[in-house]
Amino acid sequence: MVSQIATPLEVRQQQIVDRARRTRQLHRVGKVGLIVAPLAGYFFLWAPIVLLVAFSFNASSSLATWSGFSFQWYQTIFDGAIGSGSPNSFSSRLMLNALGNSVLVALIATLISCVIGTLVALSLARGRYPGKRLLSGLLYAPIIIPDVTQGVSLALFFKVVFDFIHMVSGERPVTGFTTIIIGHVAFNISYVAIVVGARLADMNPRYEEAAADLGAGPWQAFRRVTLPLLMPGIIAGGLLAFTMSLDDFVITFFLSGVGTTTLPLYVYSLLKVSVTPEINAISTVMLIASTAFVGASLWFQGNATKTAA
Amino acid sequence: MSDVKVRLVNVVKEFPSQEKSGQTRAVDGISFDIYDGEFFAMLGPSGCGKTTTLRMIAGFEQPTSGEIILDGVPMQGVPAFQRPVNTVFQDYVLFPHMTVLQNVMFGLQMAKVPQAEARRRAQDALDLVRLPKVAERKPRELSGGQQQRVALARALVNRPSVLLLDEPLGALDLKLRREMQVELKAMQTELGITFVYVTHDQEEALTMADRIAVMAGGHVLQIGTPSAIYETPNSRFVADFIGETNFLEAQLVRRQGAEGIVALDDDTQVRVALPERGISDDQLVTLAIRPERLVIQPYNSAPPLPDGWEEVVGHVGQVQYIGTDMRYYVRIGGHHVRVRAQNATAATAHLIREREVVRLRWQRDNARLLIQ
Repeated sequence: MVSQIATPLEVRQQQIVDRARRTRQLHRVGKVGLIVAPLAGYFFLWAPIVLLVAFSFNASSSLATWSGFSFQWYQTIFDGAIGSGSPNSFSSRLMLNALGNSVLVALIATLISCVIGTLVALSLARGRYPGKRLLSGLLYAPIIIPDVTQGVSLALFFKVVFDFIHMVSGERPVTGFTTIIIGHVAFNISYVAIVVGARLADMNPRYEEAAADLGAGPWQAFRRVTLPLLMPGIIAGGLLAFTMSLDDFVITFFLSGVGTTTLPLYVYSLLKVSVTPEINAISTVMLIASTAFVGASLWFQGNATKTAA
Repeated sequence: MSDVKVRLVNVVKEFPSQEKSGQTRAVDGISFDIYDGEFFAMLGPSGCGKTTTLRMIAGFEQPTSGEIILDGVPMQGVPAFQRPVNTVFQDYVLFPHMTVLQNVMFGLQMAKVPQAEARRRAQDALDLVRLPKVAERKPRELSGGQQQRVALARALVNRPSVLLLDEPLGALDLKLRREMQVELKAMQTELGITFVYVTHDQEEALTMADRIAVMAGGHVLQIGTPSAIYETPNSRFVADFIGETNFLEAQLVRRQGAEGIVALDDDTQVRVALPERGISDDQLVTLAIRPERLVIQPYNSAPPLPDGWEEVVGHVGQVQYIGTDMRYYVRIGGHHVRVRAQNATAATAHLIREREVVRLRWQRDNARLLIQ
């Protein structure tokens, strides 16, 4: 009779084979997890956008069926812009009016927040006062606080302020450009201050010493040395702020008034009635614009780190 | 040469300490004068306070106490941009967004020199540092050595009362550093500007400086000419930091006028000049002698000992051949001594072999007695 009991060597060989098989199985599970799940993620992230862009080139006004390639919806927007009389020009002109409002708000809000944001970053980097860590942390408010909360709080804030003005002067201001711009400045300061702050942290403090050493007083040193060296950071922060401003919906919604409809608000109002193909086209234009601005911002930030050290 | 350009009186600088709420003293009460037209070096290991002292002269730091006087004017409360000094920084700190010419003109523009004159003077300064053709380039397009020259031109163009240099050659390779040492010294002699030069490199200090202040732990240990510092170091630290030195623990046996007899061990006694400051009998002392001042001779075939020389007998350990020199490790009783001998001819190189018994000789005034 031959013994069926495995020798210790065979046991060990079997163990190695088993372990290898388990590893292969795990790898297979891992492959599914690491390939399929991310693919699904990217699909849900990008498929709607691809769809939107594709249908902006759809020849028919249907949002459901593809009936050939066409630039006609872009043509409609463009016609509206130069004011020639196409059938859809009235709604197009409303849209362009909204686009104009958006750009105006974003420009003014960006300029103001670039100035204030840069000063905030400089103060946090160079100032000597307690609580700087807390104050730096508070800069992240717009990223942490939900837009709705910020929108509601700003609306409430302006109501209180307007009540007070009404009480004092008898006049009652209304929401509009000013309130929208103040609201946008409020969150844009953070973006500018964070980007400029990063640039400042990278900057060699010896540059300012060298300027002083060569006879430059504080203002001259700032104007001739610090500011030019910070400029890529300020531009990057500004581009980011401009983008954020341009496509903000929630906060603007709470602060807008009559005649101050921005593009996102206008698009939303159209959706309530019907989805027109122009919306696809204008959304695609906004997508391209935002991508370009953020891309430019990143380019400036990247270049900044190269020259700052 | 005797006018005082910079005077430091009991200068102290404290920084908030890293741990807890204490203060660390980076500079601990230093006083010295720097004379007009002098090349003055502050030499010491990192953390000795030399850079902090320079930064206080420049006005980037304010002394915690004490006084800094520039051209007879107390600098207390005078900001950096109003001081008649210019600095060459260790990492150059050229403004990256300006061309070389704009960098060099910066100080002149701040001083409101007319544009045409500023341009001419900047170009002259670039000629002086032998970089006439890079005016329109950006600093990052230049090599490290060229950037260093631009930094020098940017400072010198303002005709400062004192030029402060913070390890300006530290980032250059050895060959370039040697070239720049020669050039810097020539430039300083030609322009007659007072240079205050911070370095941890003893060679730089020895080759260029008129006087050296050796610093450690926030104190000035010794001030003197390079040869005074090298030949008559006043402490073990100075002797060890500048050049190479053998330190032999010894005991003073008896005095004979200005000289004393010290015992290296039970069998070996040598004669040495006593230091001026008080020294008591039987005190433990250190005999300091530089490796290149020791003469090594075979035990049996040595010439007679000349007057004023001392001799001890030792056993050769390792012998190293390093081209220009031979290096011997010799044991004298319990002491280990390094000896350096120049290879004047190829034949001298292998005269003395390992394990040989030798005579070590030195001229009496080449040995120094340091009190422990």
